[in-house]
Amino acid sequence: MIGRRSDLPVRGDPGSRFLPLLVAMMVFLSSIGVAAAFVLGGVVSRWDRDVSGTLTIQVAPVPGEAGDILTEERVRLAVDLMRRTSGILSARALDKKQTLALLEPWLGNTDVVRDLPLPRLIDVSLDPDSRLNLVDLGDKLSRAVPGASLDDHRVWLSRLITLSKTTQWLSIGIVVLIGGVTSATVVYATRTGLDVHRDVIEVLHLIGAHDDYIARQFADRAFALGFAGGLIGLALAVPTLSTLGWATRNMEGGFLPQLSLPLSGYLVIGLLPLIAAALSMVTARLTVHGTLSRLP
Amino acid sequence: MRQDQKGQHIIRFDNVGLRYGLGPEVLQDVTFALPSGSFHFLTGASGAGKSTLMRLMFLGLRPTRGRVMVFDRDIANTARYQLPALRRRIGVVFQDFRLMDHLSALDNVALPLRVRGVKESEVQRHVPELLNWVGLSDQLHAKPPTLSGGQKQRVAIARAVIGRPDLLLADEPTGNVDGEIATRLLHLFEELNRLGTTVVIATHNDTLVNQFGQYPRLHIDQGMVQKVKMPAGNDDGESALPEAS
Repeated sequence: MIGRRSDLPVRGDPGSRFLPLLVAMMVFLSSIGVAAAFVLGGVVSRWDRDVSGTLTIQVAPVPGEAGDILTEERVRLAVDLMRRTSGILSARALDKKQTLALLEPWLGNTDVVRDLPLPRLIDVSLDPDSRLNLVDLGDKLSRAVPGASLDDHRVWLSRLITLSKTTQWLSIGIVVLIGGVTSATVVYATRTGLDVHRDVIEVLHLIGAHDDYIARQFADRAFALGFAGGLIGLALAVPTLSTLGWATRNMEGGFLPQLSLPLSGYLVIGLLPLIAAALSMVTARLTVHGTLSRLP
Repeated sequence: MRQDQKGQHIIRFDNVGLRYGLGPEVLQDVTFALPSGSFHFLTGASGAGKSTLMRLMFLGLRPTRGRVMVFDRDIANTARYQLPALRRRIGVVFQDFRLMDHLSALDNVALPLRVRGVKESEVQRHVPELLNWVGLSDQLHAKPPTLSGGQKQRVAIARAVIGRPDLLLADEPTGNVDGEIATRLLHLFEELNRLGTTVVIATHNDTLVNQFGQYPRLHIDQGMVQKVKMPAGNDDGESALPEAS
């Protein structure tokens, strides 16, 4: 396609100048969009995977020194109940020191925090093959241990997953929109080219050229321009994404989940110049056919 | 390619009228037929409608009324995608040459072969040979803007005949060349005609028409084909005008 003979002087077209730059910008933006979609997809599945096999039991504290003993007794009861339940692999109570360590990034490590009546936490691991009814288990726990509650993380996680999935679809939508804008640009450039070369096209028709002979020449040119623009866009996107990745890796942990682009994401981004070139080529070809078919 | 036998009509116009948009008819009730293998001059003053009639014949226009038959196909009922096959059987020399300025003389002449998908080795063999024949062997790679009017005209003629067309339509093909070259070009057209190509030459060069006076003349005046002057002693019944006219 690139370097194939062209009878039309398409190299000097006005569209030839701006099309690669526009495609470069589109590929750059698409790379960001594709990366966002893949990273968010990875985050959602990692969250899902990480918490789907675990439960957390909170045992509400009873204030006072006597309360501490009562709380400790209720924690022991809850751990025993969990260990007796089939489908549960382990149940481990976190001591106060470990609970404070969890809060430290948000609240710090001061005497005020240490004096707070913190709930005791029990980390429970589930057998992934078990069909444990968590609602029944929660009811059983509440009856056996007053003030204890079961958290399967689903409530807050489902909201986060919904938000992440919405953002992921939004990213995909933006990429599709960018593809549409690229196509519209190619349509405009091709129509301009057809108009500029009207006389040459008429001569080609009169000496027996089919529409496809003419369309192929525009399509070849659009492919070459789209590919060149795509490579420029990719060359800009790679350092941008690398910088973003480096920045998130070096960010103070805790707030952000680990953001990493999977291999499939790199592959799709690497193919974007080719996808942009193919889109430009097909669009140009269809545009020429559509325009010429209206001729008498 | 030459499926039309001598005596059959390669082109037939029946009551053809043509107008551009809502303007007046530039061709009115044109009726004639060209036998296969014939040689005709199309004469008439500037603005009489010669070029429009030529455009109808080389399928650059469709009539607004009447019937145009080319190679036994009614053009009104021929789909766009079927036109290239018919056009490949027609060689055209345009009045303004219509060469592609960005292509060399060789590539211009090669165009009809390339759109047919002829092998590049064949193209490189035949095109220089023909350009040599029209006296442009030293201008193979020259681009039209660097050629004189006469040289451009010879490139245009070479492009029209390279595909050995069944029908050759030439609009003022000798308008930019001196008398000697004009005569030589006419002999080229005669040679093609002897090989079976039907030839129509639109011209207002009466000297040339008289020089080749053995050929019939189709005369157009104010959009109407008015008469055909057959040379004395050459009226063999192959009148360009059918009895109906």
